[in-house]
Amino acid sequence: MSSNMIATRDAYGETLAELGGENGDIVALDADLSGSTKTSLFAKKYPERFFNMGIAEANMMGTAAGLAAAGKIPFLSTFAVFAVGRAWEQMRQSVAYPKANVKIVATHGGITVGEDGGSHQSVEDIAIVRAIPNMTVIVPADGVETRAAIRAAAAHKGPFYIRLGRNKVPTIFGDDYRFEIGKGCEVAAGSDLTFVATGLMTAQALVAAGLLHKEGISARVVHISTIKPLDQDIILDAAMETGAIVTAEEHSVIGGLGGAVAEFLGESHPVPIKRVGIRDRFGTSGKAEELMKYFGLLPENLVEAAREVLARKGK
Amino acid sequence: MKETIANLEDKARELRVAIVRTLHKSQSGHTGGSLSAIDMVTALYFHKMRHDPENPDWPERDRFVLSKGHAAPALYVALAHAGYFPREDLMMLRRLGSHLQGHPDSKSTPGVEVCTGSLGQGLSMANGMALGLRLDNRPGRVYALLGDGELQEGQVWEAAMAASHYKIDNLCALVDANSLQIDGEVAKVMAVAPIAAKFKAFGWHPLEIDGHDMSAILAALEHAETIKGQPTVIVANTVKGKGVSFFENKASYHGVPPSDDELPRALECLGCLD
Repeated sequence: MSSNMIATRDAYGETLAELGGENGDIVALDADLSGSTKTSLFAKKYPERFFNMGIAEANMMGTAAGLAAAGKIPFLSTFAVFAVGRAWEQMRQSVAYPKANVKIVATHGGITVGEDGGSHQSVEDIAIVRAIPNMTVIVPADGVETRAAIRAAAAHKGPFYIRLGRNKVPTIFGDDYRFEIGKGCEVAAGSDLTFVATGLMTAQALVAAGLLHKEGISARVVHISTIKPLDQDIILDAAMETGAIVTAEEHSVIGGLGGAVAEFLGESHPVPIKRVGIRDRFGTSGKAEELMKYFGLLPENLVEAAREVLARKGK
Repeated sequence: MKETIANLEDKARELRVAIVRTLHKSQSGHTGGSLSAIDMVTALYFHKMRHDPENPDWPERDRFVLSKGHAAPALYVALAHAGYFPREDLMMLRRLGSHLQGHPDSKSTPGVEVCTGSLGQGLSMANGMALGLRLDNRPGRVYALLGDGELQEGQVWEAAMAASHYKIDNLCALVDANSLQIDGEVAKVMAVAPIAAKFKAFGWHPLEIDGHDMSAILAALEHAETIKGQPTVIVANTVKGKGVSFFENKASYHGVPPSDDELPRALECLGCLD
């Protein structure tokens, strides 16, 4: 892990602006949050291809679908709670059902939105987007992966939901990292249990694995950025080889990464699982780092979860 | 021109017969709102729109969005009679495995541009298509057909605001104002009147016509094309179930197909006896 810190939304804004210069079919839409989602960087360079749709997310979603029907590659951004909550059915009907080539890049996912509180903290977006057929769902871990995921989405036809965060997060991938849609990656080797983490929780899992190492426990860390379609091979290998799984996400434990992993392993290779995430409750105001502690998303919480699955595993 | 209008009136009658036969065969689907919209759909597909059934993806084509997706039979009979797919396919409407889904599905049916059916979404998609065409400097125009009950959806007004804000003048919305929705009269369920005045207040150029008067429909479509710098809406006053007397102005025929008993009477009304 490098000490280089960057918010995934910043990496997105810069990459989208680059892509704008590379492909004239790329257009961007925002709902009055372009300064926060960083689509403003694209808007500044390519004003004729940027559409501020005002505070009207449902219409923005449909307009993006129409632009895609006319051959454009629309990137649509607002906060996750609005992109998904406000326009879910438009995403379903106008984007996913026709497999429209729309890239929904939602920022401010999860509880690290911070002070704005529960109204603005999206803790259920992954679950409700994942349930829609045809959607690809990606939650990058850092700036490097965000850049790669945005480029992959632009190059790959079909509807995408990419969930980004507000705050700076540590960079865990080197410049040689090769992102592939639908592929997880092992970021730390281990044999006693596996942390399966997504988004900013992968960095937390790496710290947790280091803490466990000092106790003589060998924890593997698998980073899953594409939550749908899920990389079943890497998860099945982890379950078979380590026999215990702790999932980690900045999202409700219902229906997100933990849900996806539990569904898959429940049907294929049941092993002790603990889902670390928001436990079926709304967010609340506070500083991001305070909230990570308040909601139990710190490395120490992952260590505790690891002990629990190891105990159930019978070790 | 007189001949054109007479031919289109004949075509509309032929398509009404096709709608009735199709819905009788499927025994499922929306009769009233298909019959109220068909004169406008006929004018678009058999006169106004530049399109090529041999090449549905022709980039220079005009595009049609059936925002009131439940009137799919009206769209399907027009597409079939225009040559997008065999007319026999109509008899498979709503069947398992058919390319003719209950509501329009662009993945399934040649000539269908977008997926509609959940009301209130088509105008947004039409806006996006029109903006895309404008970015590419293509001459194509976009037509979106909405129901009057559909105007109760808030998204329609988000889209109306945006179309005016972005001066989308290669867009023409048509409102099939048949005054009825599933639960009864639009005015009683949730009043939307005055429709033209509302669109005008949102920055549109409104026109109001009799939606069954073919010459009025053609004149309005011509006029709409001359309006620059703002979108145009044609508020078409129509009769739900138009052409089949015992269907007319009945909310109860919103989602009901003709029965075996009703079929010959319906065809008789349309001047077509077996």
